[in-house]
Amino acid sequence: MALPQAKLTATQERLAGLAMPEAAGWSALPRAAALARVQAMGLPGRRDEYWRFTNPGDLIAPDPHPSRHHPTQKTPVFHEMDRVRLVFVDGVFDAAASDDPVLAGVEITRLAEAQDQNIHWAADLYGTLEAHGHEPVERPLAALNTAFATDGVLIRATARAAKPVNLIYLNKSDCSDAILHHVIKVEPGADLTILENGPAAARFNKVMEVDIADGGTFHHVRSQGRDHDRRAVTHMFARLGRESVFKSFTLTVNGVLTRNECVIELMGDHGVAHVAGACLGDGPDFHHDDTVFITHDAEQCESRQVFKKVLKNGATGVFQGKILVQPGAQKTDGYQISQSLLLDEDSQFLVKPELEIYADDVACSHGSTCGAIDETALFYLRSRGVPRAEAVDLMVLSFLAEAIEEIEAEEIREEIVTRLSRWLSRHRG
Amino acid sequence: MLEIKNLRASLEEEGKEILKGLNLTVEAGKVHAIMGPNGSGKSTLSYVLSGRDGYEVTEGAAELDGQDILEMEPEERAAAGLFLAFQYPVEIPGVGNMTFLRTAVNAQRKARGEAEMDAATFLKVVREKAKELKIDAEMLKRPVNMGFSGGEKKRNEILQMAMLEPKLCILDETDSGLDVDAMKLVADGVNAMRSPDRAFLVITHYQRLLDHIVPDVVHILANGRIIKTGGPELALEVEKNGYADLIEEAA
Ligand SMILES: Nc1ncnc2c1ncn2[C@@H]1O[C@H](COP(=O)(O)OP(=O)(O)OP(=O)(O)O)[C@@H](O)[C@H]1O
Ligand SMILES: [Mg+2]
Repeated sequence: MALPQAKLTATQERLAGLAMPEAAGWSALPRAAALARVQAMGLPGRRDEYWRFTNPGDLIAPDPHPSRHHPTQKTPVFHEMDRVRLVFVDGVFDAAASDDPVLAGVEITRLAEAQDQNIHWAADLYGTLEAHGHEPVERPLAALNTAFATDGVLIRATARAAKPVNLIYLNKSDCSDAILHHVIKVEPGADLTILENGPAAARFNKVMEVDIADGGTFHHVRSQGRDHDRRAVTHMFARLGRESVFKSFTLTVNGVLTRNECVIELMGDHGVAHVAGACLGDGPDFHHDDTVFITHDAEQCESRQVFKKVLKNGATGVFQGKILVQPGAQKTDGYQISQSLLLDEDSQFLVKPELEIYADDVACSHGSTCGAIDETALFYLRSRGVPRAEAVDLMVLSFLAEAIEEIEAEEIREEIVTRLSRWLSRHRG
Repeated sequence: MLEIKNLRASLEEEGKEILKGLNLTVEAGKVHAIMGPNGSGKSTLSYVLSGRDGYEVTEGAAELDGQDILEMEPEERAAAGLFLAFQYPVEIPGVGNMTFLRTAVNAQRKARGEAEMDAATFLKVVREKAKELKIDAEMLKRPVNMGFSGGEKKRNEILQMAMLEPKLCILDETDSGLDVDAMKLVADGVNAMRSPDRAFLVITHYQRLLDHIVPDVVHILANGRIIKTGGPELALEVEKNGYADLIEEAA
């Protein structure tokens, strides 16, 4: 089917400014295939149902919106943790700023250097989960990423990693337009934690493909903050084998336009997939979109989506979440909750929760609420001497607690709560 | 300690007047009881004094230790020494009881320019006071009032009062929902806090609480006014004859 003219033009204009790496090696093929997908789908537009609540304009424009300020990273999140740091500056790996990528049971290779190496597993995986993730909903910005990624990291875990790998993004130039593609393979029984933080670029398009083999465990904790100009689209594609575990949590504050998509497919029996997000938005420029699609393709799997948003001063939050239970995926346990706390009447929360079930023996539930601060509870706290602003902060934190509790590591959970508390005290009123 | 003069207050939304020229003076070191029919305005009085939204004071004044409290925020009134044990304590999911108590204690100290209580001291003091009220450690860990039984909630109110050491304690039907033993515990908790520079305003329907917390003065509140004031014997009279005669007498 031919693309509508406006979409075709927008797609061509964007593609005109992009080039694939010259020596793409094994990635040349998947890149070419991804480009063909982009051309066939066209980039997202305002009219697309999947972008009904979020205007993709800034994400597909030929040039990025310049970022006005470059936050300091004096005490970045996770800085007190023992971890392997891999630093990307404006979308390019910075070896000097990174730790030696040495971690027992984990192979780490930079995408830009790996393409002419013989890394079978990565060659097999690169773009594969992304290509698979367009059914039934197209995700053209992810295909664009596969085609034009300038860098990224390939990580293969074969055992329990002693410490997390921290992907740190830094933004140093005003007009950087970074496209990063990470490919992660968790082998049977292996256990890997990935942390992500930092402002990546003026505009950021990131894909992470995660393939978790039988009995593998993958944890992901991400913090999106500090970059007040953030315009980012990220995709997480995960495929889960038998008895494997996937847990992802994202904290989002600040930023202008953030769309985080998470596409998970439970392929083996007894898999567990949790994806959670806590988001705090202040001001009319804030727009944050969590879009999740979980497919149950095996028996006795559990999935959980827990998304909480606190919005004020005209901020906008979006949640689109779907649980698809395929025929035969019996004893599926699917849970989805999306809630927002609106601190004033100018802010808005747009939701589209969906359940689609083709198996008869399943337990799936979803719920969505949108509420204001409980005035009775607020008065109760104040009557005990807690000042209004502090009482509101306490209630905001308690509202977010269910999402934060999805982070398994206590140390990280505490770090996230500390960050949140500080953000709240800076954003009173 | 507490001086209320000709207080008139209405519901903000409906404009309905609930307190209709109420006068009341509670001296330091004393326990005053308020009794009165359902809907007479007892809880409304306690809310107006503690600063809850939704009520409009149209006339009169209320002073705590000579300070006009009606213009203050609820947290300022608390820091000034006012405490209300709620008739219906509020559940707050997600906020831990301990976090809540500690935040409250330190917020009040800060507001009064005092040093914060350190974590270790706080823990020690809470544990002691909780033990006296038979509130177990597990309950302290739960979110505020979540999953507490009616009686447990009331005891939790008294624990907060004990931690905050207010000057004026208003107890709104703290006895309702308490079993006989719990009532004794609560009364002991209150009696232990009686001191020359602290006053209590005990709202109750039953004489029984007043057997344990013996009041110095008993007031009858009806239709938004104090219609009669007397000694402990007034409570006995109410217990025996109800309010009808008293209301008629006042009319
Ligand atoms: N928020 C409100 N909205 C509507 N009516 C109210 C509200 N608050 C109080 N009232 C009314 O004001 C009157 C006084 O209520 P209040 O709760 O003060 O009575 P009370 O003396 O404490 O009664 P009880 O002994 O039953 O606790 C009642 O008629 C009640 O219905
Ligand atoms: Mg009452």
